Formats: sequence, C-alpha cells, structure tokens
Amino acid sequence: MSPVERHEFDVVVIGAGGAGLRAAIAAREAGKRVAIICKSLFGKAHTVMAEGGAAAAMGNVNSADNWQVHFRDTMRGGKFLNNWRMAELHAKEAPDRVWELETYGALFDRTPDGRISQRNFGGHEYPRLAHVGDRTGLELIRTLQQKIVSLQQDDGDDENLKVFAEVTVTRLLKDGDRIAGAFGYRRQTGEFLVFDAPAVVLATGGIGKSYKVTSNSWEYTGDGHALALAAGATLLNMEFVQFHPTGMVWPPSVKGILVTESVRGDGGVLRNTEGKRFMFEYIPDVFKDKYATSEEEGDRWYDDQANNRRPPELLPRDEVARAINSEVKAGRGTPHGGVFLDVSTRLPAAEITRRLPSMYHQFKELADVDITAEPMEVGPTAHYVMGGVEVDPDTAAATVPGLFAAGEVSGGMHGSNRLGGNSLSDLLVFGRRAGLGAASYLDSLAARPVVAEADVAEATTAALAPFDRAAGENPFALQGELQQTMHDLVGIIRTAEEMEQALDRLTDLRKRAAAAGAGGGRVFNPGWHVALDLVNLLLISECIARSALERQESRGGHTRDDFPAMSAEWRQENLICALPAPGTEVQLRRQPLPAMPRELLDLFDRDELAKYMTDEEL
Amino acid sequence: MGYQARFRVWRGDDTGGDLADFTVEVNEGEVVLDIVHRIQATQAPDLAVRWNCKAGKCGSCSAEINGRPRLLCMTRMSTFGESEVVTVTPLRTFPVVRDLVTDVSFNYVKAREMPAFAPPPGLAPGEYRMQQVDVERSQEFRKCIECFLCQNTCHVVRDHEENKEEFAGPRYFIRAAELDMHPLDARDDRREYAQAEQGLGLCNITKCCTEVCPEHIKITDNAIIPMKERVVDRRYDPLVWLGNKIGRRG
Amino acid sequence: MTSTRIPPASATPATAGRAAIAARTLRTDRWWLQPAVTFAVLFAFVVYSTVRAFSNAAYFVPAYDYISPFYSPCLAANCADGASHLGQPLGNLGIISPALLILIVPLGFRLTCYYYRKAYYRAFWLSPPACAVAEPHAKYSGETRFPLILQNLHRYFFYLGLVLNVILTYDAFIAFKGKDGGIGLGIGTLVLLGNATLLWLYSLSCHSCRHAVGGRLKHFSAHPVRYRLWTWVSRLNGHHMKFAWVSLIWVALADLYVSLVASGTLTDLRIVN
Repeated sequence: MSPVERHEFDVVVIGAGGAGLRAAIAAREAGKRVAIICKSLFGKAHTVMAEGGAAAAMGNVNSADNWQVHFRDTMRGGKFLNNWRMAELHAKEAPDRVWELETYGALFDRTPDGRISQRNFGGHEYPRLAHVGDRTGLELIRTLQQKIVSLQQDDGDDENLKVFAEVTVTRLLKDGDRIAGAFGYRRQTGEFLVFDAPAVVLATGGIGKSYKVTSNSWEYTGDGHALALAAGATLLNMEFVQFHPTGMVWPPSVKGILVTESVRGDGGVLRNTEGKRFMFEYIPDVFKDKYATSEEEGDRWYDDQANNRRPPELLPRDEVARAINSEVKAGRGTPHGGVFLDVSTRLPAAEITRRLPSMYHQFKELADVDITAEPMEVGPTAHYVMGGVEVDPDTAAATVPGLFAAGEVSGGMHGSNRLGGNSLSDLLVFGRRAGLGAASYLDSLAARPVVAEADVAEATTAALAPFDRAAGENPFALQGELQQTMHDLVGIIRTAEEMEQALDRLTDLRKRAAAAGAGGGRVFNPGWHVALDLVNLLLISECIARSALERQESRGGHTRDDFPAMSAEWRQENLICALPAPGTEVQLRRQPLPAMPRELLDLFDRDELAKYMTDEEL
Repeated sequence: MGYQARFRVWRGDDTGGDLADFTVEVNEGEVVLDIVHRIQATQAPDLAVRWNCKAGKCGSCSAEINGRPRLLCMTRMSTFGESEVVTVTPLRTFPVVRDLVTDVSFNYVKAREMPAFAPPPGLAPGEYRMQQVDVERSQEFRKCIECFLCQNTCHVVRDHEENKEEFAGPRYFIRAAELDMHPLDARDDRREYAQAEQGLGLCNITKCCTEVCPEHIKITDNAIIPMKERVVDRRYDPLVWLGNKIGRRG
Repeated sequence: MTSTRIPPASATPATAGRAAIAARTLRTDRWWLQPAVTFAVLFAFVVYSTVRAFSNAAYFVPAYDYISPFYSPCLAANCADGASHLGQPLGNLGIISPALLILIVPLGFRLTCYYYRKAYYRAFWLSPPACAVAEPHAKYSGETRFPLILQNLHRYFFYLGLVLNVILTYDAFIAFKGKDGGIGLGIGTLVLLGNATLLWLYSLSCHSCRHAVGGRLKHFSAHPVRYRLWTWVSRLNGHHMKFAWVSLIWVALADLYVSLVASGTLTDLRIVN
C-alpha cells in the first residue's frame, strides 16, 4: 500500500466555495479545529462565477421589503415544492449574513444614503440583491477567503484552520453508521491523505458537468452528491436541474458560459429574429396578475415599481428558459441557435459598462461582440441543481450522523426552481448553520469515531484502479458521451421514452467507465482525475434520470413533454434517491413533503394556494 | 473552417523538461485553452494544465504564451497567424509541478502575512455607511481574480529568487492600497507596513504588472504609486506634515 | 508595528525549482523596439541639452523678448542683457552657464518622474528591458537604497517645477512683443506659448500632483471640491506619458528655435508686428 498522509481535525469541510468557507468560519469560531478541502486552488471555487448578487430582504432600496415577502417569492419560484423551513430560515437570516460580510471587509455597491444597494432580479418582488457590479460572487469568495486568513492570524498559525488546496476527496470513511473521516488525493503529487474527523461538511456544489452545455466549471462533477450517496445518505428531488435562460451560444468554445440575469434586471430585453419581445406570450397562469402585459407597462416599471407590473423577461428562470427553447424550436432563433438579448438600445453605453463590466468584457474578449452597440445571442445552459443531499433545515445534518451539507449540494431549499440571487444567500445562511451544526454534533459526541485501516486500504486500491487499466478506454471520451446523453435525453424538455433510453446508455457507460484507464504517473494527471470523477458523474446522472422519469408532471426545472401540466398531487411528493450498497443501482422512493405551518400559509392568498395545492390540503 | 496549428508545449517537472511539438486542429472562435484541452483529450491525456471556469473569472489557467504571461482561456487563437507556432510554457517565477502547472503557494503565504481588514470599533453589522465614491477605488482592486500573472511577470522576483522573502508583489500592493483606501478600515499603519514589510521600495514601477492584468486593474497608477506617495507623506514630506498640524486630516 | 507573520503552510508540497527553460525570453514580438526608441530619443535629448546648457550663447532674442526655456529664469550677472526678468541675485558666474543652475529643476523633475523612471529603468538599465524578458543584473535592490531612494523627492521637484512653469508662462506672455515695443506675435511667441502649455499639462498630470490634490484623502465624499479636482487630474494623468514625451521634445525644439533666431541663422516669421 502506498504511504498515506494522516491529519486529525474536528471538522472537515469539503469544498471551498461560499458555503464551505462560511461553514469553516462558523465551526472555527465555535472553537473547533477545521480543515478546508478545495478541489482547486483556494479562492477559485465556482462561487466566483456568480454575478448578479445575494438576495436579502434588507429593504435598503424599497422599504416595503421584508422576510415574509422574500419567503413568498422563494416559495413561488420553487413552485411550492421547497422545504418551507429552509425557505423561512433563509429569508429571515439572509440580511444578517450579508451585513456580516461587511465586517469581514466586503465592499458592496452603495445607495445614495450609504447603505448596501440592491438590484432587481427575476422572481423577486422588490430590488433585493446586494451586489458589486456583476462580480458579486468574486466579492463573496474573496471576502470569506480573507476572513479565513484573518482567523488564522488571530490563532497565530494555521494549525486550527487549515486549507488543503487541490485535494479531491474520493470517499467518506465511517465507523459503524457514523462519519469517521475522509479519504482523498493531492492533485499536485498524486499522494493520498486520510482525515480523521467525526464531522464532515459537504459543500461541493453541483453537477453541471453531467451536461454538455453548462455554465459550470470542471470541478462540478457531483462529488458531494456521490460521496453522500455512497456513505448511505439520501438525495432529494434530483430531477430538478435549472437551465439558466441566458448562456452564451457563440462561439462554440464558450457555449454555455453564463450571461448574468442582471442584464435583464437592468433593462435588457429578449427578442426573436422577428424583432418581437416574445416573453409577453409566455406568462403562465400562476403569474398572470404579477407581470406586465404590454411593453409600455413593462418599461415604466423600471422607474415606477409601485404602479406597474414587472416585464416578463424577469419571470423565474425556468419559464424564461422554456420560452427561449420554444422560440428556437419554432424557427425564430438566431443562426447559432439562440435568441437576442439586447441592452444596447435600452441603456447608454457608459451605463452598460458601469453596471455590467464583466459582461462587457466577456463578450468583447470571447465573442468579439460589443454589447453596448449590438445584441447578445443567448440560449439556455445547465446551471444549477435544486436537488441534493437531504438535510435537516436547522442543522444542515444529513441522514448519516456526522455528515452535513450546505449550498448547492444540499436539497430542498429551492424546491423545483431556484430564484436568481437566492444561491449566494443560501450559501451564507446554511453554510453557517452547517458549521454550527457540526460543532454542536461534536459537543454531543461521547467518543471519537475511528477510521478502519481496511477502509483506507480499500479506498486506496479503488483510487489507483485506473492505472491498472492503462490501455482502457479514454475517460475524456466517455465523459463527452455522458454529457451528450444527458443533454439530448434528460435535458430541458423530457419524455419517458428518451429518459428510458438515457438510462440504458448510462448502464452501458457505467460498464465502460469501470474499464476506463489512465496512463502516465500520479502527479497532476488530468486523465486519472477524469477517470475518478466519471464514477461520480455517472451515479448522479442516473439519479437525475431516474427521478425525472418517475415524476410525471412538469414543475420548475423539470419539464415533461408527455406530462406538461403541474400536478397538485405530485407537489406532495419528494423523490428520494439512495444507494443500498456500493456498486448497486440507485433506488428511488417517494416521501411526503413536510406540511407548511398555518402562519406561513397565511402569507398567501387562498386563490394563489389553490393553483398549487389539492383541495384537501386547503 | 478549421486548420491544423503547430503547438509547442513545455512538458516536464522539477527535474527537467523540454518543449514538445504537437499538431492539432483549431476551429473558429477557439482560445488557447481549447487547444490545450484538445491535445489532452486526443494526444496526451496526462498533460497537466490548471483551469476552472474558462471564462476569465477564476484566474486559474495562467501560463505563458509565446513568452507572454496570459490566461489560456482569454487568449483567442485568432490573434495568431495560421502558420505561427504557438509556444505554451508554465509561469516562470514559481516552481513547476508538472507541465503547465506551477506551485503558486508563494502568493498564499504573502496573503497570510497581510494584516486583515480591521472592522471599525463601535459599529455593529448593518450599521456600516459608506459612499459610492469612497468605495470605488478599493472596489477596483477587489476585481482582482488572483491569477498571479502580475506576481509572475514582476522582474523583482522573476529575475531575483532571493527577493521573494522581502517582496510581497503587485497583487499584495493592491491589497494594501485597497485597505488603506477602505473608508472604514480601522488600521492606520497600512503604508508603513507596505514600506517596511512588503518591500514596496523594491518596485521600480516598470509597469509590467499593469500590462499583464486580465482585469485591467491599473495596478501601478492607482495602487503602487499612490502607496509610494502615501509613504512619502509619512516619511519624507514636511509640507504635508505641517498641513496636517494646521488643517484637518483628510 | 504589529504584523502577523505565519509560517508557510506545511500542507503545501515542497517542489524544488522552476521549469528549466533556457531562453532568456520566448517572446516572439519586437519587444526590444520600445526600449530602443526610448533610449535613442532620451539619449539624443541628453546630448543636445548638455551641449546647449554649456554653450552659454544664443538663448535670448532681445527684439521680441524670446528666451530659451533652458535659460529661464536667467539669474546670473553674466546673463545676456535684458534676459533677466527676475533680477540677477547670483552675481557673475564667470564662464559657468546660468542654464546649469536652473536646469537642475526640470532635470530633477523628469528624472524622478514616475513615467520616466519606467522608461529609463527599462531602456538604460535594462531592469527589465521589457516585460517577461530577463534582466542582466545579478542583484537588485530597487528604490530601497541611496541613490534611488531619492526618487521619493519627486514631489519637491514638482513644487519647484510649478514655480518654473509660472516663469515660463510669463516668458511666453512677454514674448508677445512687437518690433516697436508694442504688441506683436511671431512664430517664436507661439513656440513659447506651446512650450508653457505643454509643461503645465505635463506637471498637472503628474502622479504627485494627483496625490496632492485629492489622492491622499480617505473619504472623497467629505471633500467634494478636491474630489472633483482629483477626477480632473486623474483624467490628465492617464495621458502623462504622452505629455512627458511631447513636452520634452517641444522644449528642445523651443530652445532650438530661439537659438537659431538669436544666432541670426533664422529670421523669426512675424504674424503680427
């Protein structure tokens, strides 16, 4: 067996994005010794890609905003499939979490009276997103990164809060039914590490790399989802994958890269090749009375929100993505398969470069398009998975003792569709709760779980397996096939027949992946890394496909061509994925959605609830 | 539409290495990172390259292209002639791990030495009030994506390994400026720190950091020179000292 | 001062050296062009200005009150008749050219200028010759020691330079002198006027000026006037390099023109009187 580096910590946080770092801060402040594991370099996590802002009902721009309004918007956006308790905690705590960032040194854009400025976004009734131009995610990650450094400085060294950069965890280790630690490898050396730790916080983000066109980076291979499954935890509602309506479509090499929703929040409009603002035709019944029915009213709304309804470009993301998809299918799309997103005729050039600097930059440098002078071409791109590890809302604890999950890897908070801006605030709220949850779990623990050496040996063998098959199939090619399969057959519009086909192909791919090989050595070998990631991607893709096939309705990020309507009966069901034993097929079961308490139900009109709920529930 | 391009990619590790030749397909709209990935997927699966977002936002894929420090994902193939040989090498200033990947931990060490933001005493979260004009200068520096191209190109450490101990580099000069210009930072020794601990005086303002910055941060004009001037205020300028005695502080 | 030093993370694997690339640079563009041009122009200027400063002749045209910017203000008793607008407090310097005393100011200002520093560190000292091109020196201490630590005196040369700008502006105004002593306008007048204008632009766009008018403030919002000034100077500062070159070349041409007219080689072309 190759030598293994050992570390002992109280809490191991896997993932160094917003949720992971916030969890680490909370756990360290609670006095625990914490390890932060980054798959990439410290500060490069996918959170940097978030552009628009962090939604928090601070009421700085419109004082009518409060947590109840935010809660309502979140539930509506998720089509009432959200875990109500998570949505409630999120709406209540988001302002404190954002204000806290200022004490870490964050510099948000300001209102004239010196408060944090807030911008409009799809699905949010009031201007609610704290932002820094269109690089809010970068501000968030840098602020948290610098707070970690500050805590290390308070400690005098980094022994109690240590960052392990470019380390990938391949397995969670258990002692009986409890978490005992984690096993992983260093990219830079290929050597293995074992963390002895009673608590593990998963904060690994999403699964975007299951899809061909995605806004997600290479790391997003569903590691946390797969680790949780393999450790015996459950995944919730994996069929809900958000396709962001506006990704770049040209040139091919940048296809999928995100075009922030702020473009629309700041006045950008969607047009088809006939020059028509088509979104007016796609306002669904449940939102009929909340959105403008004429261009004039929609345009007036930017200046006078009290007396006008918002333009339909700002419908929740699932609606806009489906509308764009339909326009393109109807032959009114651009030659590159998108629609036009135009801000050039809506704002002066100087204003565009001030409000949307990184979009200006991105189009100029990558597509040679000047967005102050011409429209952008955009189309849907796989962006976010609403489904994830099933957790307790208050402590972020998964069903396995010692395992916690926060951020995109956890499920429930966003229901069937996430509102823009709710992700960054989700990271902060539940990141902190996961850190605190892990800390109090440790306090309640009588004896420290022990890592079994046999498990380490087995994890080592499994991790090295691709080298024994050096002549095996190219993992990059397999990954490409998987992405194409998910894109074609479990994409934005789904049918039973296609998904059954997808499941067959996934079975085949799983066999071939088990024989995929890696040549070369262990030092920074991407072929090897892809071969290992592939196992996770396949497992998660299977969860998505199985859940999607099971859910016979259309809701949020899950659209069935064969079941186009939303069903009040299906709203009562969560779909739970579990893995009975390693190497077996994913199992699916239904589980009733927790019922919302009376005082929260009272926040909605009965008429509105009637659109979502069964008569008995009402 | 596509053509076959000639690439030379440095392959090796800390024990040695050399430029390896590849002939590889290039399609319209592609960037250098796409080509490196194509080499990886079709010819050399173990070719090491560090990357993440492929959209110029994370600053992971820093390398040198035809000798110039660049982000691989933001360098379009259309900037080269079809017959031109494109040479891709790892960052020179940092120890190489393998192929195009370098060990950039130097930068994280410097980051940890930099005293953190000091919250103003007496202000609770939610009570911070700052004007947009006052935060804008620091916001420019917070655009930094930590690609470390400035740290790599700076000759103070690129050509003089021995200066690494004393020199924090442009990335951390903008951090110093950011904090010194932060409207609510409670520390008042940022400039002394920059001079005494960060090695600001080693900078001879030859502006290569500004030239390579993919975020177009005006590192030299807006951070380094203002910090040098602020150091002069404290250490070398009796007029400012006199003005401060008479008038109120800025 | 309290600074927090934390030892390097032991978690980071120790990797030995850098990539073994022998070439001094792999740049394929003409990186040497810019330092070469800088060297050529600055060198030519230094030679010309040295010759002219020592020549102690042909710097004043009494007919139109044209005085070469190299020799103004002319403060010595051995100055040409009528060239000393500010008197002759320095007495007779004998064979020493009065220009040498006054040129210390613009020389010091330009030598310590943040732009010129970049230009000559690259072109003359090759430190570095161009970005990502290795420099030839074994040791480097930057501006931390004598004499380069004196670069920090830039702002004093800036203040002195402002005084000189006032004088040169005055020189431009008195050059509106006609043959008969009344108002007149010749090419020389325009040359001196252009010279003064460019020197103001160069001085006001200076980094020290930007710092002094507002850059040193922590809260712009509390000083709206200085903030406005700072935004103006910042805009000029973006063109500092351009002003540095144009004003440098112009001042040499202005001196050349005055010397040619003063020596009678050229007759000043008169537009008015």
